[in-house]
Amino acid sequence: MVLSGAQILIEELVRHGTNTVFGYPGGQVIDIYDELYRNAHRIGHILTAHEQGAAHAADGYARVTGRPGVVFATSGPGATNLVTGIANAYLDSVPMIAVTGNVTVNLLGKDSFQEVDIVGITQPVVKHNFIVRDVGELESVVTEAFAIATSGRPGPVLIDIPKSVQRGSCEYSGNLRPSARDSCGSFDITEALEAISKSKRPLIYCGGGVVSAGAEEEVLALSKKISAPVTLSMMGLSAVPHSYELNLGMCGMHGRAPSTLMQSRADLIIAVGVRFSDRATGDVSAYASNSKIIHIDIDEAELGKNVPNIIEVCGSAKSVLAALLESTEEKRNEEWRREVLESKEKDAACSDGDRFSPRAIIRCINGYFGGETVVATDVGQHQMWVMQNYAFEKPRTLLTSGGLGTMGFGLGAAIGGCIASGRKRTVLFTGDGSFGMNLNEMATAVMQRTPILIVILNNGVLGMVRQWQNMFYEGRYSSTTLGRKTDFVALARAFGADGCRVDSMAALKDAMERGFPEDSPFVLDCRIARDEMVFPMIPPGGSVRDIRLS
Amino acid sequence: MSERFTVGLIVRNRFGVLNRIAGLYGKRGYNIDSLAVGETEDPSISRMTIVSTGDMYTRTQVVRQLNKLYDVIEAVLLEDDKSICVEHLLIKLKLNGEGNGPITALINTYGGKVVDLGAGFLVADLTGSPEKIQEFIEKCVPFGILELCRSGALALSTGDGRILNNKQTIREEH
Repeated sequence: MVLSGAQILIEELVRHGTNTVFGYPGGQVIDIYDELYRNAHRIGHILTAHEQGAAHAADGYARVTGRPGVVFATSGPGATNLVTGIANAYLDSVPMIAVTGNVTVNLLGKDSFQEVDIVGITQPVVKHNFIVRDVGELESVVTEAFAIATSGRPGPVLIDIPKSVQRGSCEYSGNLRPSARDSCGSFDITEALEAISKSKRPLIYCGGGVVSAGAEEEVLALSKKISAPVTLSMMGLSAVPHSYELNLGMCGMHGRAPSTLMQSRADLIIAVGVRFSDRATGDVSAYASNSKIIHIDIDEAELGKNVPNIIEVCGSAKSVLAALLESTEEKRNEEWRREVLESKEKDAACSDGDRFSPRAIIRCINGYFGGETVVATDVGQHQMWVMQNYAFEKPRTLLTSGGLGTMGFGLGAAIGGCIASGRKRTVLFTGDGSFGMNLNEMATAVMQRTPILIVILNNGVLGMVRQWQNMFYEGRYSSTTLGRKTDFVALARAFGADGCRVDSMAALKDAMERGFPEDSPFVLDCRIARDEMVFPMIPPGGSVRDIRLS
Repeated sequence: MSERFTVGLIVRNRFGVLNRIAGLYGKRGYNIDSLAVGETEDPSISRMTIVSTGDMYTRTQVVRQLNKLYDVIEAVLLEDDKSICVEHLLIKLKLNGEGNGPITALINTYGGKVVDLGAGFLVADLTGSPEKIQEFIEKCVPFGILELCRSGALALSTGDGRILNNKQTIREEH
C-alpha cells in the first residue's frame, strides 16, 4: 500500500508498540502532527511546554516501562532543545526515539529558516542517528532505529525527517525486520567461577545494566547463594529491594558508608552492568586495591575502560548471572556476613529525631508512599539525600539523572513516569535550583492531570555547589546564593495546581495526613536550612580512606 | 607504552560515516596520524585504514568503541608483523639547474618514478612502507621540497585472512 512519509512514521511507531509520544509541534512537523491528529485513537500525544521537557518525559516514560520513549520536535530550535534530553538518555543508557522535522531536502545545507544539522549536533550523544533523504528509506530506518535503541546497551536514536520526505509517498510493507545486531553472543565464565570459588569475602556491585536487563532476581539469588552483600551504583539503586538484608545501598562519593566500606573490605567484587564512573570509584588507583574484580557488561568497551586488571565477561547481566548461578557452589562465611550486617546496623541507627532535616523529610514521605511508588529526582543535594534515604523496593521506580547530572530533568521525567504508570501517585524530589530550570512543565502536569507530589527541598541556595565551596573553596559562595523571592505555592496556583509550605516535621506530617489531589500536581515547599550538607562524602579523586561522615 | 598502531575498518559507505568515525576519535581523545578511505568491490561498503599512536589500553578501547558504531561493520587491529602496510607519495621537488642527476638517482633508489618534469621542478611518485616514504622525504629536503602529498597508510592482513570472515554477512540495509 502506498503511504505518505508521515503515515509511514505513525504506522511504524504503532507497529513497534508506541502508544504515547511526547513533543511540541512546529513548521517542519505539521505533516507528522496532521497524521497524529488522524490517529489520536492509536497514539496519544503529550504536549509539553518546551521540547526539553518532552525529551525528559520520554526518558522517564522509558525508564518506567522499559520500552523506548518517543519524542517529536520541529527543526532548528525545536531540535536543539532536545539535545540535553537526548544526552541525558545516552549517558544513562535509556532507549529513546527522537524524531525531528527538517526543511525540505532541496533546502538542506542552505542555512534555511529553522534549519540546523541536528544529525551532526547530536552525533556524540546518540547510539546512532539518521537523516532520511528519501521516503523509500523511512520504513527501514524506523525499524532499524527501534532495534538499535533497544538492543545490547540501550540508548537514544534520532531520526531527522525533512518535510518533503514526510509529504512524499512510497510503498509501505509493514513487516520489515531489522538487520541482525551483533552483541556478545557467547561468553566464558571459567575465570569468574574460579575467582568466586576462591573468594572468602565476595561482594556484588550492581548498576543500571541489571535494571535494563531485568536481572534483579538473578542478582538476589546469586547474593543469597554465595552470601555476597550487594552494593549499588546510583543507576542500579532500585535493582535490589531496600529491605533485603544484604543490600548495603548506594556506594561512591555520596554513598552509604557501609556500602563504600564493604567494597574496600571485599576480596572479590562482582560488578554487574556498571561502568565504574568516577563518582562511584573515586581514585581509580586506590579503588578496590585489595580485591579481584569480575566485570560483567553487555558493552564490551566498558570492560577495562575505567578500572584495569579485571576478569572480563561480555554479556547481558541476566544471562551471565544465570550461568554463574548454575555453576557456583553455595558459600557460607559467617564472619563476613556478620561484618556486613554489623556495619549496616551501625549506619541504620543514625536519625535526626524531630529536626526538619532532609533525611527526616524523605523518610517521612517514603513512609506514606512506600517503596513501590515512582520517584523522580532532579540533581544536586536533594538527589543524594533521596539516594541515601528512600527505600526503593521495586526496579524501574527511580527516575534520576545519573551520568549527565541534568538539573531540570525531574519534572519532565516525573510527568513521563506518571503517565507510564497509568497516572498513579508519583513523587518528585527537587531543589529550588533544579525546579527553577524547567518549572514551565507545571503547565503540562496540570493539563495531564498527573498526581505528582512535588517536594521542593528549598534551601535558597545551589546546595551542592555551595557544599563544595564550603569544603574546598574556603566558603567563597560565588553565585550560589539564590535569594530569590519566588513563592512556589503561589506559583503552583498560578499554573492551576495547589501547594503548601512546610517548615517542621509536624507540619509535614499534617500535610501528608491531609493527602493530595488524585488528578493534579501538588507542590510541597519544604523550607530547609541552607547549610545542610550531604554526608558521607568522599572528596573528588579520593578513596575510602578519605571518607567524611560529617 | 605508546606506539603506532593500525586499525582496519569495514564500514557502510554512507553519508556521514567519516564524520562519525573522526568524531569518535575526537571525542575520546585519540589522535589520528593518518586516515585512508575508499570504496570496496561492493560500492555499499568502504574500507578505511587509520593509523594512531597509543598504548595497549588505547588500542583496545579504540577498536571496541569503533565496533559500537552502527555504520562500522567490523574494526580490527592490524598488527605490524601480520599485515602489509603501504603508502603512496607525490612530491614536487625544486631543480636547481645543475642537472637533475642526484635527484633522479635518489628517486630510482627508492623505486619511484618521475611523473612530471618542467623547467625548475619535477614531480615524483613513490609507493612504499610509511617508514620508507618518511626516509625518502627526509632525503629530499636538501633538494628543496615545493610541496608533497601523502595518501596515508593502506593496510591488509598477510595471508588469506580478511576482516570479515566468510560466515559474516554484511548487513545489507542502508
